[in-house]
Amino acid sequence: MLRFALGRLLQAIPVLLVVITMTFLLVHSAPGGPFSADKAVPAEVLEALEAQYNLDQPLWQQYISYLGDVVRGDMGPSFKYPGRSVNELILSGLGTTAELGLYAMMVAVFIGVIAGVTASMRPNTMQDYVPMTAAMIGICMPSFLLGPLLVLVFGIHLEWLPVSGWNQIPGDKILPAITLGTGYAAYIARLSRGGMLEVLSQDYIRTARAKGLSEFLIIGKHALRGGLIPVVAFLGPAFAGLLGGSFVVETIYQIPGLGRFYVQAAFNRDYTMILGTTVFFATLIIVFNLLSDMLAVWLNPKLRQQVRGV
Amino acid sequence: MDSNSLDTMAEKGTSLWEDAWIKLRKNRLALMGLGLLIFLCLVSLLTPWIAPYGYEEQDLLMGATPPSAEHWLGTDVFGRDMLTRIMWGGRVSLMVGFIATAVALAIGVIYGAVAGYVGGRVDAVMMRLVDILYALPFMIFIILLMVVFGRNLLLLFFAIGAVEWLTMARIVRGQVMSLRKQEFVEAAHSLGLSQWIIIRRHIIPNTLGPVIVYTTLTIPSVMLLEAFLSFLGLGIQPPQSSWGLLINYGVETMEEYPWLLIFPGIALSLTLFALNFLGDGLRDALDPRTSKD
Amino acid sequence: MSHLSALNSTTFSTKSKTVIHSCPRPNTLKAFAVAALLVLLTGCGSSESNVDSGNRTGTLHWGNGTEPQSLDPHIATGVPEHHIIKTLMEGLVHKDSETLAPTPGVAESWTVNEDATVYTFKIREDARWSNGDVHNAHDFVWSWWRALQPALGNLYAYMYFPIVNAREYYEGEVTDFAEVGVKALDDFTLQVTLDNPTPYFLQLLDHYSMFPVHQATLEKFGAPDERGTRWTYAGNMVGNGPFTLTNWEINRAIEVERNTYYWGNDDVRLNKIIFYPTENTTTEERMFRAGQLHYTNDVPIDKVATYRAANDPALRVTPYLGTYYYRINVNVPHLQDKRVRRALGMTIDRQKITDNVIKAGQIPAYAMTPPNTRGYYPPISLSFDPEAARQLLAEAGYPNGEGFPVTEILYNTNEGHRKVAVAIQQMWREHLNIEVKLLNQEWKVYLDSESNGDYQISRAGWIGDYVDPNNFLDMFICDGGNNRTGWCNKEYDRLVLDVAPSVKTHEERMAIFTQAEQMLMDDLPVLPIYTYTTKHLIHPSVKNVSSNIMDQQSYRELYLEGAED
Repeated sequence: MLRFALGRLLQAIPVLLVVITMTFLLVHSAPGGPFSADKAVPAEVLEALEAQYNLDQPLWQQYISYLGDVVRGDMGPSFKYPGRSVNELILSGLGTTAELGLYAMMVAVFIGVIAGVTASMRPNTMQDYVPMTAAMIGICMPSFLLGPLLVLVFGIHLEWLPVSGWNQIPGDKILPAITLGTGYAAYIARLSRGGMLEVLSQDYIRTARAKGLSEFLIIGKHALRGGLIPVVAFLGPAFAGLLGGSFVVETIYQIPGLGRFYVQAAFNRDYTMILGTTVFFATLIIVFNLLSDMLAVWLNPKLRQQVRGV
Repeated sequence: MDSNSLDTMAEKGTSLWEDAWIKLRKNRLALMGLGLLIFLCLVSLLTPWIAPYGYEEQDLLMGATPPSAEHWLGTDVFGRDMLTRIMWGGRVSLMVGFIATAVALAIGVIYGAVAGYVGGRVDAVMMRLVDILYALPFMIFIILLMVVFGRNLLLLFFAIGAVEWLTMARIVRGQVMSLRKQEFVEAAHSLGLSQWIIIRRHIIPNTLGPVIVYTTLTIPSVMLLEAFLSFLGLGIQPPQSSWGLLINYGVETMEEYPWLLIFPGIALSLTLFALNFLGDGLRDALDPRTSKD
Repeated sequence: MSHLSALNSTTFSTKSKTVIHSCPRPNTLKAFAVAALLVLLTGCGSSESNVDSGNRTGTLHWGNGTEPQSLDPHIATGVPEHHIIKTLMEGLVHKDSETLAPTPGVAESWTVNEDATVYTFKIREDARWSNGDVHNAHDFVWSWWRALQPALGNLYAYMYFPIVNAREYYEGEVTDFAEVGVKALDDFTLQVTLDNPTPYFLQLLDHYSMFPVHQATLEKFGAPDERGTRWTYAGNMVGNGPFTLTNWEINRAIEVERNTYYWGNDDVRLNKIIFYPTENTTTEERMFRAGQLHYTNDVPIDKVATYRAANDPALRVTPYLGTYYYRINVNVPHLQDKRVRRALGMTIDRQKITDNVIKAGQIPAYAMTPPNTRGYYPPISLSFDPEAARQLLAEAGYPNGEGFPVTEILYNTNEGHRKVAVAIQQMWREHLNIEVKLLNQEWKVYLDSESNGDYQISRAGWIGDYVDPNNFLDMFICDGGNNRTGWCNKEYDRLVLDVAPSVKTHEERMAIFTQAEQMLMDDLPVLPIYTYTTKHLIHPSVKNVSSNIMDQQSYRELYLEGAED
C-alpha cells in the first residue's frame, strides 16, 4: 500500500510541472496586463511597476525563476494586492473553501446515500420513484439557479437563514453547503441505488434473507459495503467537481474562499495568483484522488490483491 | 404448441440491437425523452422559419411584459419576444451540447480504441497521459482559456470537448481491451479474418453501446457547463443567447419578472431530463445482463 | 465531467465478487455525518440582525463594492478604497457634506495671497496620529515628497501638478525636492506655492492622494517608495483620521474603530464601521433586505422600479459628477468626417435610454461636462434630430446609410453597458439605416483595446475627481493619456492648458471653458450620453446622510439612531 501511495505521489511531480508550464504560457499570452487601469498609466510608471515585478525580463527567465521559487514554497507576490503574497492569500481562502467543500460533501453523501439506499430497497415503487425523481431534479438544476431560489425562500421570505457570508452570522453555512452539495447528492443517490440494487440481487443476500435476518441488518451489515463501492469511486471526481462548483457558490454567497479568489485573479490578470491557485488545486486533486483510490482499494479486496501485485 | 413452432421460435434469434430496441420500447420514460428530443431538434432546425418574431426585434417602451396573446411567453427587458429567444437559445444550447460532445467523442473513441487494441507499452503510455490530464483542474483551465482567447463559440466547443474526451477514451479502451480477449475474437482470428475486419465487424459494434450511452449522458453535462460559464460571463456572448444565458438573466430578475426565468428553466430542465432518461434507458437496454432469453 | 467515469466504470467493468465482512465503516460515517449536520443546524436560528445590533452598538455595516486593492493613499485608485481611506486618514481640508465647500481638516485655517498662488495653512496643534504621535506640517512635506516618488507608481500624481515644480520633480527634471513649492515654515505652518491660480486647489487637498502618511510606520516596514509593504495591515497602520484599522480579512470584511486620538473625536458618533466587499449587486440587495447591511454600494437596475413603486425611503438616487459617453476613434476612415460623427450623435435618443433602458433617474447629456459643475453650464449644440442627421450622413456620402461600413461598438462586460449598446444599435439602424455590431470584452482586455486604439466606437465613463470643468475637459488634450480617441486640436489645448489657468476671474474662466467645450462638441470625438446618478439602499436608521454630487459621505457626521453614545 505504501509503495502504491509513494508511486502515485512521484507521478504527481511531472503532472504538476505540466500544469505549471501550461498555466504560465496561457497566463502570459492573455491580452491586458495586471497594471492596465481606467486612468491612463504613464509610461515611466508602467515600466517601474513591471520592473519591480520582473515582468520586463524575457519569458523563459521569468519561468525559471518562478519554478525556483515554487520549489522553495514561495509563490510570489500578488500583482493585484500590493503587499500581499500569494501564499498568504491562498491560506486565507483555503480554510473557507475546504470547509465549504467538506460540508457540501457531507450533505451530498448523507442525503445521497440515504435516498439511494431507500430507493433500492423497494425498486419500481413510490419509495423508488420519489427519491429518484428528486435526484433527477437535483442533477438538472444548476447551482446558480438553486442558490438564489433558496436564498429567496429561506433568507428573505421566511427569514430563517442569512443570505451571505461564511462564519460571520450563525447559520450562514447552511445554504451554501446545500446549494453546492445538492447536485452531487443527486449523483450519489443514483450511484448508490445502482450499486445497492446490484448487490441486493446477489445470491448471498438471498441466503441471508432465507436465514431470516432482518432487512435492516442485511442492508447495514452486508449490502452496504459492497453497494457503496461506486460511491467511493465517485468521491475523487466529486471533489474536483466541488472545487469547480465552489466558484459559483462563493460568488452567490459572497464567501471569501479560494474559488472566488481564482476567478477574480483570472479577470485581474494577477499572474502569480492564477499560477499559485492552479498549482494548489492540482495538488489537492491529486492528493484527494490518491486518498479515494486508497479507500477504494481498502474496501475492495480484489483490488487490494492487484495493488499488492504491483 | 407443436414442436415445429417451437423450433421456428427458437431459431429466430434477435441481435443485440433488435434486443435493445425492444427493451427500449418498453421503457416509457426513455421513449418520451427520445420523442421530446426529436421534437426539440426539429424546432431548433426550423427556427429561422417558424420563429414568431425577429431575433433582435426590440421595443424599449414595452419592456418586460408577462405572457399574452401576442407574446406567448412574454417579453424581456428589451421588449424582445421570449418564445423567439428561447427557440434561438435552444439552437445554440443544443448545438453546443451536440458539437462539443461530438468533439469529445471523436477524440476519445479514436484514442481509446487505439490504446485498447494495440495494448502493451503504447497503451501504458497513452493511459498515463490520460491520468495526468485527469488531475488537471479543468474548470480552471477552461476559465483561463476563455479569458485568454476571448469568448468565441468555436473555442467554447473545443474547450468543453477537450475536457470530456478523457472519460470517453477510458471507456472505449476498457471495452476494446475486454473484447479483444473474448473468445469470439480469437475464433475470428483463427478463422483467418484480417485485423481490420475484426475491428469493423466485431469490436466497434460492441463498443458502440457504452459509447452511445455515455454520449447521451455527456450532452446534459456539457449544457450545464456552458450555463456555468455564462454565469461567470465567459460563455455565449450577446446578442447570441443560449438557455444558460437566458436562465442567468432570469435569475437576476427572478422576483420582478419570473417568466424570464421559468420558461427557459423549463426548456433546459425538460431537455436535460429527456437526455438523462434516454441515456438511462439505453444503458438498461444495451446491458446484456438484463436481457431475458 | 469526470464524475461520469464513476458511473460508467461500475456498469461496464467486470463485476467484482464482494466478500462478506461485518463492516462498521459506512455506519459510523453516517453517524458522523448526522452529528455534523445537527451541529450545522443548531447553528441557525434567528439571532439579531446586523442592522439591529449595529444600531445598538453604533456599528455601521457598509456594502463597499469590490475588495480594495490597497489602503495606501498614494497607491490606491478606486472608489471602494476611497471610502475606507477616508475613515482612516484626512487631509488639510475637508468638504462640507452638502455644499462641497472647503472646511477645516488637519488645517484649522488658511490664508491665500493676492493672486491666489500662495496658500498658507495653519495646522491645528492638537492634531495627533492614531498612536499618539504629534502630527504637524513636516508630515505633509515628507508625505508629498513620498507621493511623488516615481517608483511608487502613484496614478494620481497629477493631482500635485498645480504645485510649483511638482511635475518637473516627478518627471525627473528637478531633482531637489526643496525646489517644489511646499514648505513647512514652522512646525504648524505649511506654505504651498502654485504655478497658476487654481480655483479648485482646495478641493484637491481633500483627495486621498494628497493625504499625509506616518513616516515612522512606513520606514519601519520598508523603503518609502517601495510599493506594497505591510504598513497598511491591521495593527500596523497608523493614520490621522477619525478611525483606525482594526481588522482586514481579504474578501470578507474590513473593520475600523474609533480613533481616540483624533482631534475631532468628541464629535464622531459612530463607534465602528464594517466594510463588506460586495461585488455582486444582486447578492448585496438581498443582504440589505435581510438586514445584514445598513448601506449598499449600488442597486440592481431592475429592482429600482420596485423600490420606487413602493415609495421605499431606503432607495436614494442622487445626481453624480460623471458622464457616460462613447469614444469615437477618429482615425478610423469612415469616422473621420465630423458630419458622420454628428449624425451618430444626433440619432441617439438619450431620453429613451434614461427612461426605458437604465431607468435610475439619469439625465441625458448633450455635453461632456455635467451641468452645474460649480456653477458651470456647458453650451448645448447637440440634440436628438434624426431628420437633420440623415441629411448630414447623406452629405458625407452615405445617403440613407448606403455604403456605410459595419461599425463596431466596444464595451466592457456589464449588463448595463450591454443594454445601452443594444438600444443604440437599434436606434442607429432605425434612424440612419446603418449596421452596427456589438463587441464586449472583459475589463482588462477592453482597457488594452482602448488604449491601443484598437476599437471603432467604445463605451466610456468619467467620474470627476474634483468639482471643476477642467477635470472633464483636460482629458482631451492632444497628448492626454485619457484621450484615446486620436482627436487633437491645438487651439483646444491652448485654451485648456494655457489660457484657462491664467485668467483672473471665475467668469472669465468659465467663458474659456465654454469656448473649449463648444469646440469639443463641434468636432464630437466623443458622444456624451447621460450624466450619472448614484443609487444606494440606505437603512432609515442611518442619519446625517448627505446627497452631494461626489457621493461622499462624511463618516465623522454619520450616526445611527438607537445607538448609545
